[in-house]
Amino acid sequence: MKKAIAIASLTAAFSLSAAHAQGVTLTFACDSVGQGYDECQKGANAWAKQTGNTVKLLQVPKETDQRLALYQQQLGAKSGDVDVYMIDVVWPGLIGQHLLDLKSSIPQSQINSYFPAIVQNNTVNGKLVGIPWFTDAGVLYYRTDLLKKYGYNAAPKTWNELSTMAQKIQAGERKTNPKFVGFVFQGKNYEGLTCDALEWINSFGGGTIIDNSGKITVNNDKAVEALRAIQAMVGPVAPQAVTTYGEEEARNVWQAGNSAFMRNWPYAYSLAEASGSPIKGKVGVAALPAGPGGKPAATLGGWQLAVNAYSKHPKEAASLVQYLTSAPEQKRRAIQASYNPTIASLYKDPEVLKAVPFFGSLYDVFINAVARPATVTGGKYNEVSNAFSTAVYNVLTNKSAPGPALKSLEGQLSRIKGRGW
Amino acid sequence: MTTTPTSTRPAVRRTRGLHASRTRVALLLLVPMLLVLAAVAGYPLLRTIYLSFTDYNILQDPAPKWIGLGNYWFTTPEGVGLGVLQTPEWWQSVWNTVKFTVGSVILETVLGLAFALIINSKIKGRGFLRTAILVPWAIPTVVSAQMWNWMYNDSFGVISQWGQKLGFLHTGESFLSNPDTALAALVAVDVWKTTPFMALLLLAGLQTIPSDMYEAADVDGASPWTQFWRLTLPLLTPALLVALIFRTLDALRVFDMPYIVKGNAPETITMSIYARQQLILNSQFGFGSAISVMIFLIIMVFTAIYVTSLRVKFD
Repeated sequence: MKKAIAIASLTAAFSLSAAHAQGVTLTFACDSVGQGYDECQKGANAWAKQTGNTVKLLQVPKETDQRLALYQQQLGAKSGDVDVYMIDVVWPGLIGQHLLDLKSSIPQSQINSYFPAIVQNNTVNGKLVGIPWFTDAGVLYYRTDLLKKYGYNAAPKTWNELSTMAQKIQAGERKTNPKFVGFVFQGKNYEGLTCDALEWINSFGGGTIIDNSGKITVNNDKAVEALRAIQAMVGPVAPQAVTTYGEEEARNVWQAGNSAFMRNWPYAYSLAEASGSPIKGKVGVAALPAGPGGKPAATLGGWQLAVNAYSKHPKEAASLVQYLTSAPEQKRRAIQASYNPTIASLYKDPEVLKAVPFFGSLYDVFINAVARPATVTGGKYNEVSNAFSTAVYNVLTNKSAPGPALKSLEGQLSRIKGRGW
Repeated sequence: MTTTPTSTRPAVRRTRGLHASRTRVALLLLVPMLLVLAAVAGYPLLRTIYLSFTDYNILQDPAPKWIGLGNYWFTTPEGVGLGVLQTPEWWQSVWNTVKFTVGSVILETVLGLAFALIINSKIKGRGFLRTAILVPWAIPTVVSAQMWNWMYNDSFGVISQWGQKLGFLHTGESFLSNPDTALAALVAVDVWKTTPFMALLLLAGLQTIPSDMYEAADVDGASPWTQFWRLTLPLLTPALLVALIFRTLDALRVFDMPYIVKGNAPETITMSIYARQQLILNSQFGFGSAISVMIFLIIMVFTAIYVTSLRVKFD
């Protein structure tokens, strides 16, 4: 009798759980920088509530190359553990073959609303492997109150100006705050340094490391000049320890009120302006400075959503991607966390512009951002970026002079290139 | 004369039979262990060696392609060296690792010996000391490395603050950010973490020395200094050598601590970090395997040198 009851209740429990498990559980490898995790959670939960499915968020490393290392292992092993990946703008060429073609799962009208350059970037061999979620470009953050205090009325236009202004502010502020520094950026040897250094070199007119035809162009006079200018800043203007900073380390110094200028991505804006931030209301954002005779350059960043080709629930995963990349969700993320939309019309939306004024004033910066040489180098991009950031790192730490560093980098890049990209 | 063979022959046969059956049973009992070893140690090792002769990228290539010694030494017609032995980054990582190993092992041995002597002597609170000294060894490396990373941080780290106050460092500078001191800073973390292990091994060695020898030495009027040099050190040598080998091999393949604290920075990259960079980050399984094989060979050479030159006996 007891046995019968047990079996009956077990059966009931199973059928109940089966009824409950009508929706599927998706695993989503999203963000972890700044408010990234919370914002992913909010968006995913809204979709889950709407569709009756469940989304599990995976905690991912903060730095982009660490994430890539993890995903490459999963995808190389053809694992379906993660259904939806958030992928960096330079990854489609690297891992595209392991991602699903989303062309048929996302309405054509939605695809047409995105910036065409990003859609193009995410198309690998005719497959649309990533849907643009937010775009990014390096910007210069400055302290409006300090600029005024030291008699400046505009953000610096050239690197030289930045250096002079930062030096003056630093000298003045150090009297009361011994921790104060002039300028922070991403100087650690990783992908972030590649982005920063590409901006310096490009803004001096030194090209893009490797040009679109695959020729290695990094060893030129303008690039040497650019690296020399930045090398001179590490120590006097930027803290020497900037060579240990990633995005968040730089933001921590800046947001504590200990720096006059910062190079970072737009996500840092809403955090610096959040209630409780020591620098709330004192944050200005401008285009990055230019070199002599050059024009300002911002490295194109940004993230896409992609569906794992080995996922067991491709349909639901594509639906999650479609929801998160849609205009309303992008608008919510722009207003609440200053993530740049990938839809042009949102840059004219009054609510967005009220929350993040520089989206309007820096619109040109965002759409003219310089791409890293990821498309032309394909599967070897990581090695190229690695070699480049290491060479720049050696310059920043004074282990190498800019000229010899770029010359040996050129040799190394041709070694990586081998018989071709 | 005739009785001897008849009486011994059956006995010999019996012991032989017993011996043989014992060997059979022993082998049977060993088989599962040998199989497990072959699966978890033998197969990966052989596979790594095999892959090191192939051009294999896990993301791009469907299968490994045999290229012989190309990953070790290969010069293109244009005179560009592609092999690991022709790569300056590899030699830089070897050099860093060797410097790290020599520095940390020497310091750990000296400090470990000092600690072992202290906690072996009859002082008050000896039990507490023995426990307390183990704390750094007990903390997982990932945690302690991150802890030290924060202590070294230029703006809020306690070590940088002292350094800046005492005038060793400028504002915005840390021992980690200066390429000339970064490796030494990492050695300091390793010494902090691993000296307890060394002390523990040496303490075990010290406790095997009979105390009556010291009593006899006292009667003969030998000073503590003489006792240490003439008694303790020679008798401790076997334990010391084993400890030295353990630490050297460990230090040669160090990965976690320097990686967490300094990442891929060229002035502190170790052999294992370089191997990971090529294997995992660049998904170059062929080239990365060649690096792993090189690490394996280097460690083997070190072991051989130790074992032969110091006549260590593993029994």
